[in-house]
Amino acid sequence: MTMEENIDERDDMQIDAHALGNQQLNQFSFDYLKVYYGKLFPYADIFRWMSYGNEGKHPACDESFFSRREFSFTLENDVYLRFQSFKGATDLENSIKEKCPHKIDIGPVYNVDPSRRHAYAQGGNNVFMPVERELIFDIDITEYDDVRYCCSGSDICLDCWPLMAVAIKVVDTVLRDDFGFNHILWVYSGRRGVHCWVCDGRARRLSNEQRSSITDYFHVYKGGENSLKKASLTGPVLHPVLGRAYKDVLLEYFEKKLMQQQRLFSFEERYQKILDIIPDKSVASEIHEKWQGSRRSSTSEEGRWDQLKSILQSGKHKALRRCVEEIVFTYTYPRLDMEVSKHMNHLLKAPFCVHPKTGRVCVPIDPNQCDDFDPTSVPTLSMLIEELNAGGLQMDTKNGELERTSLAQPVRFFRSSFLQPLMKSCKEEMESAYNAKIQQSGKSSFNW
Amino acid sequence: MEIIRSQKKTSDDEAASNLSLYRRAPDLEVRLDDFELYAIDRLRVLRGISDGLSRGKRPDEMEKLVNELWKTSMRHPDATQLINKDLISHFVLRLVYCRTEELRKWFLSMETTLFRYRFRLENPESQRMLMTEFQLPYKALSYVEYESVKDKLVQVSRSIGQSSNFDTIFFKVPFEEVPELVANRRVFLLKGNAYVAMNQVASIVVSHFRSNLSKALVLTNRKWTSTIKEQEKDRLTPIVEALGSSYLGPDYSQPTEFTDISLKDIDQLANSSFPLCMRHLFNKLRDDHHLKHGGRMQLGLFLKGVGLKLEDALAFWRAEFSQKAKVDYASGKIGSERFDKEYAYAVRHNYGKEGKRTDYTPYSCQKIISVNPSVGDHHGCPYRHFSEENLRAALAKMGVAGHAMDDVMDKVKNRHYQVACTMTFEAVHAASCDTGINHPNQYFAQSRKLLESKVVISESDLNLVLSFNRSFLF
Repeated sequence: MTMEENIDERDDMQIDAHALGNQQLNQFSFDYLKVYYGKLFPYADIFRWMSYGNEGKHPACDESFFSRREFSFTLENDVYLRFQSFKGATDLENSIKEKCPHKIDIGPVYNVDPSRRHAYAQGGNNVFMPVERELIFDIDITEYDDVRYCCSGSDICLDCWPLMAVAIKVVDTVLRDDFGFNHILWVYSGRRGVHCWVCDGRARRLSNEQRSSITDYFHVYKGGENSLKKASLTGPVLHPVLGRAYKDVLLEYFEKKLMQQQRLFSFEERYQKILDIIPDKSVASEIHEKWQGSRRSSTSEEGRWDQLKSILQSGKHKALRRCVEEIVFTYTYPRLDMEVSKHMNHLLKAPFCVHPKTGRVCVPIDPNQCDDFDPTSVPTLSMLIEELNAGGLQMDTKNGELERTSLAQPVRFFRSSFLQPLMKSCKEEMESAYNAKIQQSGKSSFNW
Repeated sequence: MEIIRSQKKTSDDEAASNLSLYRRAPDLEVRLDDFELYAIDRLRVLRGISDGLSRGKRPDEMEKLVNELWKTSMRHPDATQLINKDLISHFVLRLVYCRTEELRKWFLSMETTLFRYRFRLENPESQRMLMTEFQLPYKALSYVEYESVKDKLVQVSRSIGQSSNFDTIFFKVPFEEVPELVANRRVFLLKGNAYVAMNQVASIVVSHFRSNLSKALVLTNRKWTSTIKEQEKDRLTPIVEALGSSYLGPDYSQPTEFTDISLKDIDQLANSSFPLCMRHLFNKLRDDHHLKHGGRMQLGLFLKGVGLKLEDALAFWRAEFSQKAKVDYASGKIGSERFDKEYAYAVRHNYGKEGKRTDYTPYSCQKIISVNPSVGDHHGCPYRHFSEENLRAALAKMGVAGHAMDDVMDKVKNRHYQVACTMTFEAVHAASCDTGINHPNQYFAQSRKLLESKVVISESDLNLVLSFNRSFLF
């Protein structure tokens, strides 16, 4: 596609925009996507990431590593291509440009090149199986529909984003402090949630059972949709991991943000749901009467919450002390899609894809700045194309074109805060493993 | 397996503790009778454990149960033969249970449970010896290190309701090695290390035991199919095959009776013959036009077992999910197209037509009871996972009332979920169910058996009435 055509398109688009309103601007267009893959998609960075240091010249490099990784493409007409694999960065780039997938998913690294799995499996007892995979998490805002009132379903707004921010903070801290992981990438999924990629070597080599144990370590919800109490906390005190989450994150977000933004205590239907969590029905109905009767004294969210807390924590009802915590956990604690994290062979959408419904690019999120992240203002496909076109006919290098767009910052962030530290530790890990091996073989030859 | 044709008795190096790690098959001569009898005795223990687990027994109750089962079933008049009986029966059952994925899973889970509770019953001295045998190179925490994390360790032990054990030794272990302790938040984690108390060491040893046994079973299976089965076809193979089938009930992966379940009958069947767990999923699907993964698996495999053919299953799920998509504003797509993309694969997968091409078996009660449903999930066992209020309402809808309701709720309180389900069956069908309910598909099959016989009766009754009327009229 030439620049002139682009400019023509831009003019068309402006007419469209006037005629159809802003909505149209954000939509997803096949032609735009082609330009995006042609000029902006960071192939080299994805390749380096997925190679984990094996693309280098070091004698310990595993040349086949990248080519054993499964990619899968969802094409325009909902054709789903699984088990795609590529020899290197150019191969990957050419295939994406040619097929122009609406969605790119990344799967595990298998023991053999996934495109040759059938040939391999025919050789007797060979089993085609995953050998490495990032530990991944998927958190969808739809899971929180019973505790948010601003939107529902796939919609997300600044009033419910704090729920995602809580999830990012809690999960990120646990992964770093408890499990000792360092290379963690958070990505906006483009529509209704966030993805997390834990890329430390140790995380990539976890078995399914170990992955399950980590998701269970996070899990506090019991009883499914049919039990009233959603978060179930047992034991006389909280486990340190839950205690820390409560003290450092949950309580603050509940009291300072969600309580007000979701107006949890202002409407009977909403506060009734909170009171339902209290196991002692007489206490619950006592509070209910108070709130229903008095219109003035305690109508503010804080007022009612303080009142509820002081009743539950008064010591009169010993069995109810845990209740305050259970309410806060129910309304704020991360709700992971557990199945995604438990198995090595689960696919997850690649960062920097464009969400086909919203046109938003799946950009990385800085966990330290996740409060300020605004899902409604991430770069969209049409925005990027417009920015590209605004540069006119300047003959720039490829990176120069990226620099002109609002995708530049997310890509820079991806490189500096995730990719570079990861590459450094991959090299170190490779070096030390290699040295250990040399020493080992040195020893045995000496013995001989 | 050399036990059978073995030459001489050599080692008793594993006699240090009564608990064997079953590293290798013993060199012993075994009489063919004992081969079978020992195996049956051990199966009694494993079946007892399986039963205890499905009743949701607590660890302390399980410990007692395992101890009793072991003492009654694994006795031997000659005390010196106790260890041999243990070894022989274990290795015979390996042969029996190595032959399919499903059998291996069951055996692995039961043997691991058995090992766990037997380990707990050992004294600390022999526990440490077993640790050394497993070559677990863990060093105890130094005093300085212990002091630096002491508060957290106390907090963890209080959080799991144990009195603070200040005297105990702690080990620092990579978290990967104690998945069970991590999953239940029974350890303190710091920078990738789990701080494991001496009394939790069982968990480490057990996970090693489990993974060793799991690998061994796969190897045994290879040997079985490649050589043993053929070599022993006149002697051991019949015994092994009989042992396998006699003690594990049907898995309901292939519908046997009432094969033709067609889509038009499905609502009526759900109402009359589905157990509560499946009824609930079915109704939720009809109401919401959606089920999450766990629910789709539980209901989907059940329907397969009931005899819903693949084409009908696809049509059934497509019809429901496309209604959901029509309602779903955000996706402006035609529903069935979305279904074909996202869910058809999974349905075909369940029927063994995609992926690994395993013909998956419907879930048993034990499996359904042991899951942990999350927010938005509807699968699991209602008797275990519903709140009392919701369960009462659901039972009332099925027509359970009065005394029957109280009896069911009473069983639920004592965590006899399958008994509660059996009593529900009896109340709904006004007939007794002596076998008890172990499997949703068994519930269905028994219900159909009862109801079909009733239908026949009522039809002939109807004929009687008609002919009576006729004679009356004319």
